Parts: sequence; structure tokens; C-alpha cells
Amino acid sequence: MTKRYALGIFEDEDVLLHAIENIRAAGVKIYDVFSPYPVHGIDDALGIERSRLPIAAFFYGLTGLSFALWMQIYMLGFDWPMIIGGKPHIALPAFIPVSFELTVFFTCHGMSFTFFLITSLYPRWKTKVMDVRATDDKFVMAIELDETSSQLPRLTQLLRDNGASEVNQKEMTE
Amino acid sequence: MATLTHHESATAEHLVVTDGARKTFFTIIGAGVLVLILGLVASFMGWGEEHHAAAGHAAAAAHGGAHHEGNPIWVKRVLVSLWHSNLYLVGISVVGTVFLAIQYVAYAGWSVLVKRIASAFSAWLLPGAVIMLIVFFVGKADIFHWTHEGIMDKGSPNYDHIIAGKSGFLNLPFYLIRMVVYLAIWWFFSERLRKISLAEDLNGGTAYFHKSITVAALFLVLFAVTSSMAAWDWVMSVDTHWYSTMFGWYVFASWWVSGIAGITLTAIFLKQNGYLKFLSAGHFHDLGKLMFGFSIFWTYVWFAQFMLIWYANLPEEAVYFNQRLGGYNGHYTGLFFFNLIINFVFPFLALMTRDAKRQMIMLKIVCIAILLGHWSDFYLMLMPATLQGNSGFLIEIGIFAIFAGSFMLLMTRRLAAASLVPIHHPFLDESVHHTT
Repeated sequence: MTKRYALGIFEDEDVLLHAIENIRAAGVKIYDVFSPYPVHGIDDALGIERSRLPIAAFFYGLTGLSFALWMQIYMLGFDWPMIIGGKPHIALPAFIPVSFELTVFFTCHGMSFTFFLITSLYPRWKTKVMDVRATDDKFVMAIELDETSSQLPRLTQLLRDNGASEVNQKEMTE
Repeated sequence: MATLTHHESATAEHLVVTDGARKTFFTIIGAGVLVLILGLVASFMGWGEEHHAAAGHAAAAAHGGAHHEGNPIWVKRVLVSLWHSNLYLVGISVVGTVFLAIQYVAYAGWSVLVKRIASAFSAWLLPGAVIMLIVFFVGKADIFHWTHEGIMDKGSPNYDHIIAGKSGFLNLPFYLIRMVVYLAIWWFFSERLRKISLAEDLNGGTAYFHKSITVAALFLVLFAVTSSMAAWDWVMSVDTHWYSTMFGWYVFASWWVSGIAGITLTAIFLKQNGYLKFLSAGHFHDLGKLMFGFSIFWTYVWFAQFMLIWYANLPEEAVYFNQRLGGYNGHYTGLFFFNLIINFVFPFLALMTRDAKRQMIMLKIVCIAILLGHWSDFYLMLMPATLQGNSGFLIEIGIFAIFAGSFMLLMTRRLAAASLVPIHHPFLDESVHHTT
């Protein structure tokens, strides 16, 4: 299936942020914006909802902590008790460094893999490149068009009025 | 983000300390006096006296006797409390300047709107220094074991060869010189940074900013050394036999996180009273992150010290935790765990979410908890060595309230003396438009 996009090319970060505000205010739905570097405040301007990844991270951390404590208590307390340094078999202060490390380990890996899954960043994935200049010095705003591209004249005017230096059309095959 | 218009900018704002606010500070001082009197009465009446006998034995075991001499317990408690609360506030005071210096050296833009608050904290440095010297002269025998008569003379019955071995460092002239030098350095650089910033307000230009960076960098180097040594002198030397190489960091971590909590709390009160309209949730978010992070840092230092001592279990090291965990009939055991809960578990869980750091109510509660929590952290550092099992809370809290009220009076006076916004700071605009 082929999808059509109108691409507004912007030269400046501030102009882009104002354009996003105005274009959204004009009732146009922005598909996505591509920029060479992270732009401060762009998430709020685009109205992107906050990620729920931190909630997942908390539970990964909790899993790691529980696993670390269970592992140490079971191994050193029940499975093969040894006296180390005259301390009790279940010596909690000595378990804290390992528990800390495993909490961090579980959180990092859990978060990374969740992120890859959610954003479909798995092997053989082909990224849609709207305009290669978005990796260099241009900001690219993509707006999805319908089958006949009927909104294109209006969108071109709107993008130009808001500071786009050029407006292109792009077809993408899914 | 509320707005994307980049045309607004901050203008000079002056804090007016209302009579109501001043009345609140005097009420805190008055309440402190009342609690102190109540504590003194309680001490005279001998409430809680049953602890003393047991405490004597534990102290004898830990320190080789030589206690319960000199002044009566209530005098000792007053002197140690004066030292304790003053020390805590002097630390918070200088942390204001340290915060400022770090912001300069790091070329930080976000923090410009809270710089004047940090700078106002140094109002306590001079009075704090004077009180510290006076309390040292009056109370040295009751606070510092190593100042006892004859403790370093071989012929004296008080002779202690371990303490005598430290006489090269712990002797009165050198100690006093060090104390004056630390306080003078801290005071000088606080005043210097403030003066440069105030001159910038009048004249503008970036020359002041560059000068501040030089001054700040020099101060940070000196502070790194002096804060660590001050921790040995003012806090660790009460436990004269004992030492820990983590101690400088430990005291610094405690002062630092309390200082940040103090700056945040002041910012919240100013914001809630209609000042600093450009101070946004983004700024509070960042201050909250610092509090969250440094609460964990304090715990890390605390645990590093604890675990090494616990694992090696050398008698001369472990005595420190023996006194605090179960020693003196368990006098400090409750506080020991309370310290960890209020300074680690509570800020860690309460400040974990983004909303908690951006909404002022949760942040305010955590700030107050951290400020009280680290006061009790210093209590735990100082009391077992100086008062053994005889410390209490009424006299100590009373004196702390008097100090806290006076600190707020002086700090707000200094805050009102200049514009709340450093209007010609080169990074002011960055702070006004700060988002996180």
C-alpha cells in the first residue's frame, strides 16, 4: 500500500516549533517531525503522550531485586550454607552490593528490550526515510495526505506561511 | 510547555519579608525557647534518669572510663546541642555558596533563577562562625574528649597514649587556626561571589560572569579540602580514638543534600507567595532530581562506611556502630534505623515519579523530611561520643528551633536585600525558558 506525505522542510528550530503550534492549531494532524538532533520541547509541541517505560522499569527493577535476594538467600542460606568471615549464613548487608547490581542489570536490559520491541527496532527492519537531509541540517515535518492528495495546495500554503523553505511530496510503500 | 513565545524575559523582583513571615520566624524561635525550658526542667527533675547507670558502663567499656566528670549533664547537653545545630546550619550555609560555584563552573543556565536563593544562605556564615568559636571556647571540655586536661601528658592520670599520638594534629593552637581558616575562606568566597553578582545587576556585561567563574573554581578546590578537614575536626574528632576515611565525604553528603533541600524549600515558598513567576515545574523537577540523586549518594557513602566496618569487624572500628546499634541500652537503635528510613527510603520512594518532583506539595514534604533527617544524622554522629546514653530530644530540638528561626530571619533579610532575579546574568533567558 502506498501512502503520500507532504514534507515541509525547515531551516530553524524556533521557526519549526512555532510552525508546529500553528499548524496543529489550524486543525492539521502532523504525522511526525524528523530532526538532526533532539529539539527541546518538541514532544509537548507535538502533543506526544509521555512514555510509560519508567513504570515498566520500576517493575523490572523490583524483579531484579527480588531475584538477587532470593538467589543469595537460597544459595548461601539453604542450599550450601558456608561460614564466611564469621557472619551469619544470611548476612543481609553483604547481599546489598549484589542486589544493587542485579537491580540495575534487570532494569537496563528490561528497558532496552522493551524499547526495541515497542519501537519495532528489530533486525531487518527498514526505516522510512522521508528526506535524508533530516540527518544533516534540515528539520522535516511530514503530514499524511489522502488518496488524491487533494489537501496538498492548502497544506503547501500553510507550511510556507509558517516558514517552511520548501514543500515536497513523498510516496512511501509500506 | 506553556508557551513558545520567546519575547518575555524576567525583570528585577524584590522580596518583601512581611510582618506575618517575620512573626512566623519569631514564633519558631519562641517555640524553641519553650521546648528548651521544658527540656531543662525535665533534665533537672531527673526524668529518664534510669538510663544513666547503664550508660556509664557502656561508656566505660567503649572509651576506657574518664567520663561523668566536669559539668552536669544538662550543661553538656546544651553545649553539645549548640555545637550540633550550629554546625548543621553553617554547613547548609556554605553549601549555598558551593551550589552557586558549581553552577558557575559548569556554565549552567537552568539554575539562574535560584542563584540568589543559594547566595542568600551564606547569611548564616558569619554569625555561625562566631557562635562556633564561642561554643568551642566555652564547651570544648564537654564536647571534645581530646581537650581534657593532661590527656596528652605522660605523667598525668588522664594520659591516653592513642590520643597523645594524635597531638600533632589535635592540639589547641593548630585546631583553632584551622577552624578560623576554614570559616574565613568560606565567608570570603561567599561574599566575593555575591558582590560580583550584585555589581553585575548594576552594570551588566559578561566580565562579571567570567570573573565569577574564576572565583568559583578557586573556591571549589579550597572547599574540597576544607570541608573534608572540617568534618574531621568538628565532627569526627569527638570520637577521638576512632577514625574513618569516608568521613569527609559522609559529612559533605549530609550537608550537601540538606542544602539543596533548603534551596528547594525556599524556592517553593517564594513561588507559593507569588514571586519568581518564571520559576516553572521544570526547575522544581531538576531540583527534585538533585535531591533524589544526592539522597542516594548519601546512602551510598553511609553504606560504604558501614559495610566495610561491619565486614572487617575490627574492634577499634566497630565500636562506632556498637554504640549506635544496641549500645547504651539501645538508646540510639531506633534513631539509627529512622535515619536510614527518612534520609533514604522515604525520599527514594516519594521522589521517584516525575509528578512528585513537579508538584510542589510532595517536594515540600520531602524537603522538610530531608532537613529534619539530616539534622538527626548529625545528632547520631555527635551524641554517642559526647553524651553517651544521656542525650534526649527536648533540649536538642528546642535549640535547633531557635537556630532554625534565626537562620530564616537572616536568610530572608539577605534575600530581600537584592533582586530575586540576577537581571544581567548572561544565561538568564535560558533559565526563563527552561523545560525538562
